[in-house]
Amino acid sequence: MEVQLENLTKYFGKVLAVDNLNLEIKDGEFVALLGPSGCGKTTTLLMVAGIYKPTKGYVKFNGQAVNHLLPKDRDIGMVFQSYALYPHMTVYENLTFPLKLKKVPAEEMRRKAQRIADMLGIGELMDRKPGQLSGGQQQRVALGRALIKEPKLLLFDEPLSNLDARLRLAMRGEIKRLQMSLGITSIYVTHDQVEAMTMADRIAVLNKGQLQAYAPPEELYDRPRTLFVAGFIGNPPMNLFEMELYQEDDHYKLRHPDLSLAIPDSRKPRRQPSGRRVIVGLRPEDISIGPEGEIESEIYMVEPLGRDDIITCKIGEIKVQTVVDSRLGYRIGDKVRISFNMEKVQLYDPQTELSLLWA
Amino acid sequence: MLIRRIKTAIPYALLTVITAPIIVSYGWLFMSSFAKRTEGLKPYGFTLSNWRFLWEPLPNMPSIWRITANTLAFALVVTILEVGIAAATGYALSRLHFPGRRGFLSLTLILHAFPSVTLLIAIFYILRLLHLYDTLLGVILVKASLELPLGTWIMKGFFDNVSWDIEMAALIDGCSRFRTWWQVIIPNIRPGIAALSIFAFLSGWSEFLLPYIFLTSFNNWTLSVLIKRLIGDFRFVDYGLLTAVGLFYIIPVLFFFIFTQEYLLNIYTGGVKG
Ligand SMILES: Nc1ncnc2c1ncn2[C@@H]1O[C@H](COP(=O)(O)OP(=O)(O)OP(=O)(O)O)[C@@H](O)[C@H]1O
Ligand SMILES: [Mg+2]
Repeated sequence: MEVQLENLTKYFGKVLAVDNLNLEIKDGEFVALLGPSGCGKTTTLLMVAGIYKPTKGYVKFNGQAVNHLLPKDRDIGMVFQSYALYPHMTVYENLTFPLKLKKVPAEEMRRKAQRIADMLGIGELMDRKPGQLSGGQQQRVALGRALIKEPKLLLFDEPLSNLDARLRLAMRGEIKRLQMSLGITSIYVTHDQVEAMTMADRIAVLNKGQLQAYAPPEELYDRPRTLFVAGFIGNPPMNLFEMELYQEDDHYKLRHPDLSLAIPDSRKPRRQPSGRRVIVGLRPEDISIGPEGEIESEIYMVEPLGRDDIITCKIGEIKVQTVVDSRLGYRIGDKVRISFNMEKVQLYDPQTELSLLWA
Repeated sequence: MLIRRIKTAIPYALLTVITAPIIVSYGWLFMSSFAKRTEGLKPYGFTLSNWRFLWEPLPNMPSIWRITANTLAFALVVTILEVGIAAATGYALSRLHFPGRRGFLSLTLILHAFPSVTLLIAIFYILRLLHLYDTLLGVILVKASLELPLGTWIMKGFFDNVSWDIEMAALIDGCSRFRTWWQVIIPNIRPGIAALSIFAFLSGWSEFLLPYIFLTSFNNWTLSVLIKRLIGDFRFVDYGLLTAVGLFYIIPVLFFFIFTQEYLLNIYTGGVKG
């Protein structure tokens, strides 16, 4: 099923939770809604589900506005962060509750429940109450309950954030595999960018209720259109610092009391910034430490991660982070030479916060 | 070893001391109801004559069984009305946004705090107007209405504790709003409903003022009214009879407690289990 959100807006009293959101989702696509806490992800999802009424705008399924449809008539399945299993029902009753409401015959109900339970590996748990299950098991039951009625659209609201790291990794793969094999259009809310990057076909980045970017993961990473996306996607985050942009013999250059850089032609700004100053962005992996580096700096901080160290270098006033092999054993205070891979530089207008390269 | 024993014994000792007066007075009530006479607090002899009201009507009074049936009907119907209506209004106040919701909420609190004695005259006129004066139904309605603000408030609290997610999940799984309430929310606040029912029943069973004022005919009396009449209307008070009737009045409450205390405890140990 295709889903379109058109000028979708939601106010809670005076609070603007979702601000004029436009998004279309193709049939069978897996879209992640990514953004920091409180940016309106859940609100958007619940408007799609029909729990909240939009203040303005439309939710459309296959081109048809469904604003007036009750949740039960929308043919959707949803998995909640809290799992939202019915505490007074057994696992079997939880799984079959959507079928019971559809008056599916008992025999067929049992068959479907068995099939889903086998698929998710919860066949042994049918007679237990949710209170007697581990978090991971509850998560599977919740997933099964959303899948059992074979909905046209699956909604996930941070379904993995209550699981431990290992289980989260396993469930991530499992959900993605299930979604692909069943081909159900899915909207997946998360604030975990790794989850979004690894699972989604396209990621919609939200901030303060507004859509910041909507693109496939690689594009989001390589060509962030707004300063927010540049800083939000990637871990450790992109280095961002202010410099002055100027032109010399047809070439663009950047200067700062502590640092001068040349912009290669491949990264020539497509638009002029509103002032002279721009924000320069470089990902940690595009900064390297080594004797051939042309920039002098001093190591300011070392954060060991095990295999790698995150190293913060100071170039005068400017601080940048890079990731290096921890066996190289850099120490705080070491004088090192670093080089920037300017073929990967990003440029942003500090006023509009839009990219000078892609926006 | 010994110290630990002493330590565990201390709470029991304290509880015993505190409850002793109550237990002693019930014990006295029990013994003197079977006694021929009492001198001071000491009962003498054994007789069943104090309990004769069980098989023969009291002078100038209806049969005890009639009065018991009245009391039971009164308490039960009040309970059903109160819990049923509070379960609906509490849900609405907890979950729905409608104009005047805040006003309604503060009103329930104010109404609860309002001393109902001051309403007696107004209620009298209303009951007369509705031709419900001196009927059991009339007093039931009055009692239920006076209890409803608190009941609603309590039920709202229980509904507030049920997560929104469960309700949303039910709506998405295909329930209507009513069905969500009935099949998903209500089963999750069963302990709350049980608690409110128990309190409502006990409060109905022991209600005195309303039946005493609004029920004048013999045949409509409840047990509390009967006891009051036993004290008030006899030239000399028959203490033997009074203790027996009093005991008779307490027994159902005791049984009720024994059978429901598990539920009452459940409220404090939390959540739906099993
Ligand atoms: N029922 C509500 N009433 C009033 N304000 C609300 C309500 N639900 C959400 N909001 C507000 O709307 C904004 C968006 O909330 P929302 O729950 O959609 O955020 P979110 O992106 O899901 O955040 P999180 O990652 O923390 O779950 C927040 O500022 C929140 O305070
Ligand atoms: Mg949320």
